[in-house]
Amino acid sequence: MTTLEGKRRDPRVALAGTLLLAVALALAPFAVGAGAGIAWVRVIDFALLYIMLALGLNIVVGFAGLLDLGYIAFYAVGAYLYALLSSPHLAGAFPSLAPGLHWPIWAILPLGALVAGAFGVILGAPTLRLRGDYLAIVTLGFGEIIRIFMNNLNRPVNLTNGPQGITQIDPIGIGGVSFGRTLDVFGIGLPSVYLYYYLFLGATLLVVFVSIRLEDSRIGRAWVAIREDEIAAKACGINTRNIKLLAFAMGASFGGVAGGLFAGFQQFVSPESFTLMESVMVLCMVVLGGMGHIPGVIFGGILLTLLPEALRYGAGPVQTALFGKVLVPPESLRMLLFGLALILVMLYRPAGLWPSAIRRREFAGAGNSPENGAGSERE
Amino acid sequence: MAREASVSEVLLDARGIAKSFGGVQALRDVSLTIGRGEIYGLIGPNGAGKTTFFNVLTGLYSADSGEVQFDGARLDIGLPHLVTRQGIARTFQNIRLFANMSALENVMVGRHLRSHASVIGAVLRNRATRREEADIVDRAHRLLRYVGVDARANDLARHLSYGDQRRLEIARALATEPKLLALDEPAAGMNATETASLRQLVESIRADGVTVLLIEHDVKLVMGLCDRVAVLDYGEKIAEDVPDRVQRDPKVVEAYLGGALA
Amino acid sequence: MDTFIQQIVNGLVLGSIYALVALGYTMVYGILGLINFAHGEVVMVGALTALSIVKALSGSGLPGPVIALLGLMGAIPVCMALGFTIERVAYRPLRNAPRLAPLITAIGVSIVLQQVMMLGWGSTYLSFPALFSETPHSLMGAHINDLQIMIVCVAGATMAGLILLVQKTRIGRAMRAAAENPAMASLMGVNVDRIISFTFVVGSALAAVAGLMVSANYSIAHYSMGFMLGLKAFTAAVLGGIGNLAGAMLGGVLLGLIESLGSGYISDLTGGVLGSNYRDVFAFFVLILVLVLRPSGLMGEQVSERA
Ligand SMILES: Nc1ncnc2c1ncn2[C@@H]1O[C@H](COP(=O)(O)OP(=O)(O)O)[C@@H](O)[C@H]1O
Ligand SMILES: [Mg+2]
Repeated sequence: MTTLEGKRRDPRVALAGTLLLAVALALAPFAVGAGAGIAWVRVIDFALLYIMLALGLNIVVGFAGLLDLGYIAFYAVGAYLYALLSSPHLAGAFPSLAPGLHWPIWAILPLGALVAGAFGVILGAPTLRLRGDYLAIVTLGFGEIIRIFMNNLNRPVNLTNGPQGITQIDPIGIGGVSFGRTLDVFGIGLPSVYLYYYLFLGATLLVVFVSIRLEDSRIGRAWVAIREDEIAAKACGINTRNIKLLAFAMGASFGGVAGGLFAGFQQFVSPESFTLMESVMVLCMVVLGGMGHIPGVIFGGILLTLLPEALRYGAGPVQTALFGKVLVPPESLRMLLFGLALILVMLYRPAGLWPSAIRRREFAGAGNSPENGAGSERE
Repeated sequence: MAREASVSEVLLDARGIAKSFGGVQALRDVSLTIGRGEIYGLIGPNGAGKTTFFNVLTGLYSADSGEVQFDGARLDIGLPHLVTRQGIARTFQNIRLFANMSALENVMVGRHLRSHASVIGAVLRNRATRREEADIVDRAHRLLRYVGVDARANDLARHLSYGDQRRLEIARALATEPKLLALDEPAAGMNATETASLRQLVESIRADGVTVLLIEHDVKLVMGLCDRVAVLDYGEKIAEDVPDRVQRDPKVVEAYLGGALA
Repeated sequence: MDTFIQQIVNGLVLGSIYALVALGYTMVYGILGLINFAHGEVVMVGALTALSIVKALSGSGLPGPVIALLGLMGAIPVCMALGFTIERVAYRPLRNAPRLAPLITAIGVSIVLQQVMMLGWGSTYLSFPALFSETPHSLMGAHINDLQIMIVCVAGATMAGLILLVQKTRIGRAMRAAAENPAMASLMGVNVDRIISFTFVVGSALAAVAGLMVSANYSIAHYSMGFMLGLKAFTAAVLGGIGNLAGAMLGGVLLGLIESLGSGYISDLTGGVLGSNYRDVFAFFVLILVLVLRPSGLMGEQVSERA
């Protein structure tokens, strides 16, 4: 579907657009930092993490049509893996490991992708033979179970440090440059959040690239085929079980990578960051943006990261002005809006706010041909 | 007997297939042999078990008993993707296209099992992958032209007309490079012109070396097109012969309540 | 041995609550083939509604059981209306949509309900007043109090009522017909839409009963209590064979026993490594095991898709 959109564009326009986008992305932290303050650069860093998560979930939900409601668990797996492998924490439980493990990022991230992917396969395997709803429930349960373990695996061996979480995690460092402090480049001081911005941007672009390439391959087509009609997909010779597991593993591995980056960025992880509500938020990004449409999902990621921040700053004062007090705390308002968005989008705009061109055309009214519902028969 | 083709010519040999759903015995001890290059018809009243036979043959249902030899090997019934790999492709009685994919993409999906790019290949898009993709697109276009829906290549499958959807499904099945193409009531819902061109299509598919197994309600079509015909009734094969003789078989006439075949 | 009997008693009490909630899942699944994700939230709404009524009346001098009954009579209609509305708003418009769609709206409904209830009832754990004498009776060396006896009895009576409804009444026959084959049922003059609404309403009434019971049993209610409860009850429904009423009851009781015995003995079994804080984990592992070993559950039919 990307090809269809791509073909219509003039190559020169496309090149110019790409260059412009590159410059904008490169300058973004400076513009935002100067205009809105450094706190907003941090928000943008988070937006990038969420975009990675949303793109990962998009593979599972958007392409393959498998509803994963515990996706944040894979983020947690990546984050805790980083926390354990790059902090003094393990030295507490295993004195022989003093002063803790301090693995480099290039070793942890691929491992995080692998481990999260393995979790994805383990979780998906028992349910994939069954109907999709079972997968939804099992993943929902898994998200909570992982949290129970994070909360309780401080005994008998202190692995996770329980509800307090793991602190003193090493900041990400590459080639001797630590992202944890301001870096001086030719006299320009680049604050830590700027450095992370560039790192996350790079990772996000990589994830986008991988997503696009996968979508536009026999594997991506097989995912969509399964989403559209699993039985027909089988009859086309697709080993649906393996291809679904692959979707699960790929999606989970994106989550694992984003989790590792998150742990290094925050230098702190605790179970609180990985609640069901986080899973729902990522799902919202995918659904609201446009399931299966990469630009839409990116848009959803940005929108839903910025919106809560705007609410945090704006909702309180607005309510005070209107009603004299804060009726709905911003956190609730955010969740309420997410819940409503899920309902309303499914009812009225099932393809999302930014559907792919081919689906948009269809919404614009393709009444010219009979809708005798290919594949619409359901049993 | 004449219909017992010599071993080298037998493509598919189903022996003693039985299948029941709860109390319903949908197939009982059905055996049939399809020769290479034949157009073989499977007819019978509604609910006779024709679709169930397809579903067992193509691995969507597992049979209660029986086995199938296909092209000299035992068919892995029970695993649809392996059946397709072994060379049986099918269409569905109620069309099953990938509704939100374009016609071209539908056919491209049919190439899945004849292509190899892995995740790494897909991401790096190395030379082998690029060549493979180009080949997939090229073949898909040719197949669309072959069945006559190339003009709608970039339209969503759900927006195609009924007849085009049926043809698209055939193109998708052909994309898997089958030795045997199984069509489940391909003419259902088609008008006379569409049926006539479908008939030509089936004949040219056979001419290109693909054996065809055809379930059809349109008796005229079956009788005109098929080399041999088997009749199912209440899950049992009650006749198997050349169309002329099947048509005059009293058991068959009775199964159709005398007259439908006349 | 005392603890063993005690865990059995606790498990039965817990299990009868799970069974009530599981029935709601299984009835809807039987008729629509859909997991009503928001069902746990209906239980929560029932619990909080009952809690408010009970609290308001607890100073009135009425006897505890009467207050409980009044709480129930308040919670049941609220939940019935809620169940009806959920089906109308979130499921009915999507009956012919891809399967993913109603799952997603259901998640949306759950979140909205949680947040609305949190705004109304606050985010702290609310304590549920004691309505029954807490003096335990002794039963084969285990303790059981009036509340627990009431829970088992009321749950049993409710389920018996449901079975009568489904087996003996006109509308019950229509429900079974619609579950068997909706198209055929509507040909035979059954108003399938009405039956579906009715199913949601009945399931929600059971949820209200369960909501009161679970919060009375643990003396606590909370806006997020529906989630885990829903997950467990769903597990119970799958364990029994989803779509099967008797299965849901059996599954509920079994799961209650497994959880109770499991969390009672896990510490001993693992030499103190794992404690009862893992109690919520059992249901999940039961769910996975059932799905791997016997996806159709103990009493259910095939759940795989029809070609
Ligand atoms: N998945 C199924 N579950 C239960 N019964 C089925 C199933 N598939 C087919 N049947 C039954 O098997 C019999 C044969 O059906 P089918 O093969 O579709 O007949 P035909 O294609 O010849 O019209 C019918 O009685 C039908 O109801
Ligand atoms: Mg049929």
